[in-house]
Amino acid sequence: MAITTDQRQVDLREPSGFRRATNQFATGAMWFAFLCMLVPLGFVLVTVIAKGAGIISWQFLTNSTIPPNILPANIDGMGAAVVGTLEITGFAAVMAIPLGILGAVYLNEYGGNRPLARTLSFFSDVMTGVPSIVMGLFIFTIWVLHFGYSGLAGSFSLACLMLPIVIRSSYEMLRLVPNHLREASYALGATKARVTLTVVLPSAIGGIVSGCLLAVARAAGETAPLIFTILTVEATNPNLFSGANTALSTQIFTNATQPYTGATDRAWGAALTLIAIAFILMIVARLVTARFNRYSR
Amino acid sequence: MSATVQADPATPAGSASGLSPRRPLGDRVFQVLALASGLLVLVILVLIAITMSQQSTAWFSSEGWSGIFSIDWDPAHNKFGALAFVYGTVVTSVIAIVIAYPVSMGVGLLLTEVVPRRWSQPIVYVIDLLAVVPSVVWGLWGFLILNPWLQTIYAHIASAVNGIWILGNLFGPLNGNYVSGESFFTAGLVLAIMITPIVTSLSREVMATVPAADKEGAYALGATRWEMIRGVVWPHSQVGIVGATLLGLGRAMGETIAVALVVGASPTIASHLFIPGYTMPSVIALQFGEATVGVFRAALIGMGVLLFVLTIIVNLSARAIVGRNARRMRGTA
Repeated sequence: MAITTDQRQVDLREPSGFRRATNQFATGAMWFAFLCMLVPLGFVLVTVIAKGAGIISWQFLTNSTIPPNILPANIDGMGAAVVGTLEITGFAAVMAIPLGILGAVYLNEYGGNRPLARTLSFFSDVMTGVPSIVMGLFIFTIWVLHFGYSGLAGSFSLACLMLPIVIRSSYEMLRLVPNHLREASYALGATKARVTLTVVLPSAIGGIVSGCLLAVARAAGETAPLIFTILTVEATNPNLFSGANTALSTQIFTNATQPYTGATDRAWGAALTLIAIAFILMIVARLVTARFNRYSR
Repeated sequence: MSATVQADPATPAGSASGLSPRRPLGDRVFQVLALASGLLVLVILVLIAITMSQQSTAWFSSEGWSGIFSIDWDPAHNKFGALAFVYGTVVTSVIAIVIAYPVSMGVGLLLTEVVPRRWSQPIVYVIDLLAVVPSVVWGLWGFLILNPWLQTIYAHIASAVNGIWILGNLFGPLNGNYVSGESFFTAGLVLAIMITPIVTSLSREVMATVPAADKEGAYALGATRWEMIRGVVWPHSQVGIVGATLLGLGRAMGETIAVALVVGASPTIASHLFIPGYTMPSVIALQFGEATVGVFRAALIGMGVLLFVLTIIVNLSARAIVGRNARRMRGTA
C-alpha cells in the first residue's frame, strides 16, 4: 500500500483474485470430503434396506430353525440368531456396565490425581484400542479351552470390549458433575459412598446411560469375538451358559460367502435386523441425552 | 440421621484418605469395589498377554524367529510364516489412512470452522451412523456389491497405467491382465470408510481447542478462512491430529471381518494393489475353524499376540503424543 493513498478508504471487501479462489476451493474441498462420507453411508443403507426389506417378516425374525443354505429365504428364519444376539449382548451389558461405571467412579471420585488412577485411566484408553479379535482369542484361550463353547463365553468377550468404552464415557460424564454438589452433601454428613450413589451418579445418569447404550450398540454388531467363543449353530439355544450358540453377526459372516441366493438373502435380512437393532439403541441414546440436557439446563 | 454417629473432625466421613475403621463398613466396601473394577482393566490386559503368549509358545519354539517371519504359509506342510500377513495388514491400513486422513480433516474443519453450530448436528449424525454400522455389514456389502463393481473400475485403471513407472507397479495388472475386485485396495477402501468416523471425531475435538482469540486475530489481520486455518488451526492442532490418525491406524490394523470378506484371502507379497492379499486378523478369523492341531492353532493365536503388541504400541505412542501436546497447550494457552 502506497503512503500517498491515505486519503482513500481502506478496502475492507472480501479479498479478490487468487486468495479468494483458494479460499473457495478449500471450502468446496471440505464439502466434498463430507460428500465422500455421505456416499458410502447412503450406498450401504440403501442396499441393505432394498435387499433386506423383502426378506424380513415376522416368521423370519421368530422361526427358530435356520435352514440349510440351499433353501430360499422364505422358508424358516433367523429367530435363533436374533435370540442369540439379544441374550449374548444383554448379558455382556449386565456384566460390563456396572463394572465400568464403578471403575469410572474409582477414577474420578477416589483416584483423583494419584499415580494409580492416572495409570488405570491411561490403560483403559489403551484397552479401547485393543482389536475385538484379540478379545475373542483371549476368551478362547482362557475360557473356551477349559469350559467349551457357550453363549456365556461370547458375553465375556463382548463385555471385555464394552468395559473400557463404558469406563471412558462414564468418566467423562462424572467429571462434569459440579463439585459444589459433592461438597454440599459432605456438609450434611453423608459418607463418600452415599454421596456418590445418591448425588453424583444420579446427576450424571443421562450421559452415562447414553454412553452405555452406544457401547451396547457397538458390541451388538461385533462378529470377530464371537466366532471364537460361541461356535455358530443353526437352532435356538436358550441356555446362555452351556452349549454352542448363534448370533446375527456370525450368521451374516457365514452366509455372505455362500453361492446360494437363499443364503445371501438371509444374510441381507439379518444385516437389516442387526443395523435396526444398532440404530434403535443409538437413537434411544440420543433421546436420553436430549432429555438429560433439557433437565440440566 | 441418628444422633449416635459422632463426626470426627480429623477424618471427615467424606475423605478418601485410607480405609480407616472409623469409616462405616459400607463406605469402605464401596471404595474397595470401585478400586477392584478399576483394576479389572489392568488385570484383563495382563491376562491377555500371559494366556495368549502361553498358547502360542508352540509356534515360536517350532518355527523360531526366521520361521515366523518367513513368507511360507502352508499349514498342510507345517510351514507357518507370517510375513505375508504382516505385509497385508500394513499395506491395507496404510491405504485406509491415506484415504481417510484427507476426508476426516475436511469434515473436521467443516464442523469446527465452516458450518454454524446449529447446522453441525446433522453432520455429526452422519458420522455417528457411519460409526455404528457393524463391520460385518460393511463386509457383506463390500463382498457382494462393491467387489464386482470395483473389478471393472480396476480393470480400466490397470490398463490405463500399465507400463508407467511406479503407477504401473502399484495399480497395473499382474502377470498380463490380472486384477481382482477382492484386493488389498478394496480392503483399504472399506477400512477407510470404517475408520473415518473415529479419526474425524478425534481431530474435531483437537481442532475445537484452538483459542478463539488466535482465530479472531488472524481474521482481524485480513486473512481468509483458509489462510486462518493454515496459519492458526493447523499449527495448533497438528500434533493432536497425528495422534488421532495413529488411533485410526490402530483400528484399521485390528479390523477383522470386513477385511476377511473383501481382501481375497491369498497370502501374497507384491507391490500391486489390485490383487488378492491377506491380513493378520482375517487369517485368524478365516482359518481358525480348521486349526485344530497344535502348531497351526498356536500360530494363529501367536499372530493374535503379534497384533495385540502392534496395536498396543500404536495406541501407546498415539496417547503419549496427544497427552504431551495437551500439556504443552495448557502451558502456553
